[in-house]
Amino acid sequence: MHIQEELSQRHVLSLTVSNEAGILARIAGLFTARGYNIDSLTVADITQDHGVSRITIVTNGPPKVIDQIIAQLDRLVPVHKVTDLTENGPFVERELALVKVAGIGEDRIEALRLADVFRAKVVDTTIESFIFEITGTTEKIDNFVGLMRQIGLVEVGRTGVVGLIRGKDAN
Amino acid sequence: MAEKSGADILVQCLVDLGVEVVFGYPGGAVLPIYDALYNHPTIKHVLVRHEQGATHMAEGYARSTGKPGVVLVTSGPGATNAVTGITDALMDSIPMVVITGQVPTQLIGTDAFQEADTIGITRHCTKHNYLVKSPAKLAEVVHEAFHIATTGRPGPVVVDIPKNVQIATAPYAKPELKVHASYHPQTKADAAGIDAAVEMLAAAERPILYTGGGVINSGPQATALLRELAALTGAPVTSTLMGLGAFPASSDQWLGMLGMHGTYEANWAMNQADLILCIGARFDDRVTGRLDAFAPNSRKIHIDIDRSSINKIVDVDVAIVADVGSALDDIIALWKQRNHRQVDLTEWWARIAGWRARKSLDYAENGVEIMPQRAIADLYAATKATGKDVIITTEVGQHQMWAAQHFGFDAPNKWLTSGGLGTMGYGFPAAIGAQMGNPDSIAICIAGDASVQMNIQELGTASQYRLPVKLFILNNEYMGMVRQWQELTYESRYSNSYSDSLPDFVKLGEAYGWTGIRIEGPQELEAGIRQMLETDGPVIVDCRVAKMSNCFPMIPSGAAHTEMLLDPSQVEGVMSDEAKALV
Repeated sequence: MHIQEELSQRHVLSLTVSNEAGILARIAGLFTARGYNIDSLTVADITQDHGVSRITIVTNGPPKVIDQIIAQLDRLVPVHKVTDLTENGPFVERELALVKVAGIGEDRIEALRLADVFRAKVVDTTIESFIFEITGTTEKIDNFVGLMRQIGLVEVGRTGVVGLIRGKDAN
Repeated sequence: MAEKSGADILVQCLVDLGVEVVFGYPGGAVLPIYDALYNHPTIKHVLVRHEQGATHMAEGYARSTGKPGVVLVTSGPGATNAVTGITDALMDSIPMVVITGQVPTQLIGTDAFQEADTIGITRHCTKHNYLVKSPAKLAEVVHEAFHIATTGRPGPVVVDIPKNVQIATAPYAKPELKVHASYHPQTKADAAGIDAAVEMLAAAERPILYTGGGVINSGPQATALLRELAALTGAPVTSTLMGLGAFPASSDQWLGMLGMHGTYEANWAMNQADLILCIGARFDDRVTGRLDAFAPNSRKIHIDIDRSSINKIVDVDVAIVADVGSALDDIIALWKQRNHRQVDLTEWWARIAGWRARKSLDYAENGVEIMPQRAIADLYAATKATGKDVIITTEVGQHQMWAAQHFGFDAPNKWLTSGGLGTMGYGFPAAIGAQMGNPDSIAICIAGDASVQMNIQELGTASQYRLPVKLFILNNEYMGMVRQWQELTYESRYSNSYSDSLPDFVKLGEAYGWTGIRIEGPQELEAGIRQMLETDGPVIVDCRVAKMSNCFPMIPSGAAHTEMLLDPSQVEGVMSDEAKALV
């Protein structure tokens, strides 16, 4: 007997939640308990009184599973609202990465040239290394990191995705 | 404003919330609360023998009265022992509030004596949980906990209170119920769903009402409306294990339970229906059988208060997120407003009559052994003859299915069983809890010899509170359902399913001050049951039944509704690995 896998789609979910102790464990635990995937998860409080946080989760799964994920998240008591950005019209998503690259000579110059193409900023430098700061979509950062790997990638730190619906209204 | 200690605030909240009974067990981290409860004039505390017993008693109390069950246990092992019952309440949507003591706040995280991360451990087996770090927050949290436990889809809520918070003081005023920032369960259906449901019902030629525990949770009004809808549409009604009693078993429209051990007619009607109206049920794997063969030619409407239950397993055509009672009310009102007439279902009922004629619940008797089905049927007849209100609880296993099949329930809240989690050890404490909440009813636990031992220590609790519960054990000296599956799946290799070293249940009961009765053959059955019912105090009955009986009909795991086994002679061969891998 073999276990069959289903085809997955990537979805970006945006949640507003009460900023209370254990909320992150509650959400992360729901994903593990029900066997859902988390590609990335970001969280920070977003209101003046620190009462509400936004959590952005990038997940993947078949449509039925995505629907279940949203329903399950929505029934957690401290969750105010769940929005599937991928389903709800155009949205902006960004990720920030810090990318450390080491090299000398032509490699160093090529790294700078590529960084310029990707509009990455140098935020730290030594004679033989740079740390670049880059923001963009996950794909853009993947591409940048992929190129840097060929030059002399040392390490990467990424924030995971945050996203908002386009237009003037709050979702 | 006068200040109160956290413990006094908690007890005052319980009084304000109308709590009459608390099931619990004291310990170091709840001593201040126990002191506040000492000789309390209105709150009765039931001292259990094990914290798991307390949770199931609270479930039995809640399910039989419609009020939330309240549990009070200490930190560490007190809380971890309660986890099974909390999970059971979550799976079966039982309103329950569990107060747990915790080590003082300054010791949290230090591996203090009797410390456990109760909030972490119960996070995924509660509807919600709270750690209260200040007595000033306590009243609001306790009121909110009861609100969350009892509204929307009911469930268990844990409130973890560190010992220093129980002792520290704060001003107390009864909190106003304010609008919650994020918790707003939808109880009123959207009009479009109701409209679609009514039109589909009015057009269906082979409709069936598939009902579940949600009807009972919704309250007596929902049960009455279900009966009205059945009368208006003339549709047959089947139910899950959890929903038994929502529709009267004595009705001509009743098909019996559906699913793995459901009736032939219920499962065939589900398979052949052109419209399934699912009311407060959740398409559990025990109900659907093989999914790709489930009700293949039907349109489906699903009424559920929990949006996550809809399209979780079976995709439906119309989703109605609402309280069952409210949705049924809307459907009936619109049906009447549009002057819909009952569709002629003569042909449909004729087909159902054909399936009924298979008499799938029949069983052979040999005159030597008591068939377990006979024991249930006789128990049903004898309790009915008393004319008194009867509440039945069960443990988990073959006896549970036989009880569901052969005991007829005509009213809600009279059938208490562990459906979702399937917790052995549920039934006996649940009967104690039900008896506590319904002192004038006859509370009977139908048990098996194996599962009754999982919380047998509660014999003492019933004795202490003079609760006249009846413990009716169908003793076949096996974990019968395990053995049945081993016969079906593992060529009868009975790995650890024999109940070796059983106690003498009669003497065991007598040791606790109970009356003990042994029933050893068919000729003793009727008199034994009568004696049990006529005895005033608690009675334990060791009813020796046929040892190798199996529970039929049965849809084997991985099979479709149309592939029911009606009797043991149909069992053949060895199961495939795919079928073995299913639960």
